[in-house]
Amino acid sequence: MLELKNIAFEVDADKGQMEIIKDISLTLESGKFLVLTGPNGGGKSTLAKLIMGIEQPTSGQILFEGKDITNLSVTERAKLGIGYAFQQPPRFKGLTVRRLLSLAHGSELPFDECCAYLTNVGLCSKDYLNREVDSSLSGGELKRIEIASLMARDLKLAIYDEPEAGIDLWSFNMLVESFKTLSQKKNEGVILISHQERIMKLADEIIVIADGMVRNRGSRDDILKMITGEFDGKCEFRGGNN
Amino acid sequence: MSDLSKVDLSLLESIADLHETPQGAYNIRRNGEGVERKSTENIQIVPKEDKPGIDIIIKPNTKNESVHIPVILTQTGLNDLVYNDFYIGENSDVVIVAGCGIHNSGDEKSEHDGIHSFHIGKGARVKYVEKHYGEGDGKGERVLNPTTVIEMDENSYCEMEMVQIKGVDSTVRETSASLKDGAKLMIIEKLMTHGEQLAKSNMVVNLDGVDSSAQIISRSVGKDKSSQIFYPRAVGNNKCRAHIQCDSIIMDNAHIRSIPEITANHADAQIIHEAAIGRINNDQLLKLQTFGMTQEEAEEIIIQGFLK
Repeated sequence: MLELKNIAFEVDADKGQMEIIKDISLTLESGKFLVLTGPNGGGKSTLAKLIMGIEQPTSGQILFEGKDITNLSVTERAKLGIGYAFQQPPRFKGLTVRRLLSLAHGSELPFDECCAYLTNVGLCSKDYLNREVDSSLSGGELKRIEIASLMARDLKLAIYDEPEAGIDLWSFNMLVESFKTLSQKKNEGVILISHQERIMKLADEIIVIADGMVRNRGSRDDILKMITGEFDGKCEFRGGNN
Repeated sequence: MSDLSKVDLSLLESIADLHETPQGAYNIRRNGEGVERKSTENIQIVPKEDKPGIDIIIKPNTKNESVHIPVILTQTGLNDLVYNDFYIGENSDVVIVAGCGIHNSGDEKSEHDGIHSFHIGKGARVKYVEKHYGEGDGKGERVLNPTTVIEMDENSYCEMEMVQIKGVDSTVRETSASLKDGAKLMIIEKLMTHGEQLAKSNMVVNLDGVDSSAQIISRSVGKDKSSQIFYPRAVGNNKCRAHIQCDSIIMDNAHIRSIPEITANHADAQIIHEAAIGRINNDQLLKLQTFGMTQEEAEEIIIQGFLK
C-alpha cells in the first residue's frame, strides 16, 4: 500500500547541508501495524512528516496504492486517506472538541459517536465535548483529543507520532486497548512512532530508525528481544552517532 | 412583518437571527423611522418626544423576557442618529437583541449612529447582543458609530456581546461603564475588518463599587489593508477585580493596534491585562489540512472558531 523508495531529506544548517534522513526504503502492506522506534533525533518524526507531505524529500519517491504521491500536498494526501496525529498538537481558540472531531470526520458527528471516540482515548466525553481545544486543556488531554481526531477519520493509513507522550498511566492502558483494536482492523494501515514496549507488542513489524537510517527491522518478537533482552553491550542503536 | 422587503428581511436575519416577528417586545427601525413596535405587559417601548429614539422600560422583577430592537438602513445617503435608553427594573432578568444592518447599493454614505444608555437596576441581569453588518455593491460607505453607556446598580449583572460581522467600512465604537457595589460586567467584542476598512474601539470601565468586577474580551481578525485600534481601559476605584484580554489575528497587509490600559486608584484593586496579535499559527493550518481542507478552507474554519 505504501512504499518509500530511497527517501533522503536534508536541511540547511550552519555548516552546510545536514542529512536528517539518509536513505530509507520501506513498504507497508494494507492493514498492517508498523511501529517505528529508535533514539530521539534519529529521524522518525521527520519520516512521518515526509509521508504526510508536511515535509518534502530532497530525493526519493513515495508511492501510495501504486500512485506516486511524492509531489502531492498535505491536503491531497489527506483526501487519498492518509492521516497524521501530531506529536505536539496545535490548540484552537473557539473550536470545541466536538467540532474538531466533526471536522476530522468530514461531517457532523452524532453525539454518541463523538462520545465513543473520546472514551477510546480515556476521556469522559460529557466533560469534554463542548470544551474548547485551547490552553485550558492540559498537554495530556490535548494529546488524547488529537488521537481521537485521527480515529474519527475514515483512513487507509494512519500515522501516530508518539501517541503515548504526556499521557498518564491510567489513560495509557485505555490507549493500548484502543490501539489493539486498531491493529486488528484489516482495512487500515498504521504507522506508529513509539518507545513503549506495550505498544510495540501490538506491531506486525518493528523498524528501528537511528541516525537517519533503518538500523534494524523485523518481526515484533525479534526486535523486542533485541531491545529488551540484549540491550547492554550489543545494542547498536542506542542513539547519537555511536 | 408584511411591510418589509426581501432585502429588509435578509438584513434582519443577519443581525438578529430574525425569521419572523420576534417573541416579546420589539421595535424595528428602518431608514430612520420606526416601522413596527410592540410593547408587552412588563416591557414598554415608548418613542422619545424631544429627539429620535425610544425608551425601553422594563418593570422590576420581569423574568425571562426579551426585547428586539433591530435597525436597518437600505437608503443610500442617510445619516440616522438614534437615542435608545434602557431602564431595566430591579431583579429583572432579560435578553436584549439590538443590531444594525446596512444595505447600501448607492454611491453616497449611509451612516447609523446609535447611542444606547443602560440603567441597570439593583440585582438585575441583562444579556445584550448587538450585531453590525454591511452589504451592497454601491460605492457609498457604510458607517456605524455606536456609543454605549452602562450604569450598573448594586449586584447587577450585565453581559454584552458586540459583534461586527463584515461589510462595515468605518466604525468608531465608544463604550463606557460604571459599576456600583457587587456589580459584574462582561463585555465580549468580536470584530472582523477587510478591504480598506477602519475600526476603532474605545472603552472605559469604572469599577467604583466594593467587589465590583469586569471582564473585557476583545477578539478580532484584520484582513487585506484594513486597520483596527483597540483602547480598552479598566479603572479600579475600590476593592474590585478586572481582566482585559485583547486577541487579534492579523492577515495580509492589515494594521492592528491594541492598547489595553489598567489603572488602580485603590490598594485592593486587582486588574490584569493581556494582549496578543499574531498571524494564524502554521501548525493549526497544517492540522486542518491533514483533514483534507485547503489552506483557504482551514483559514476560514480557524477564523470562524476564533470569532464564534
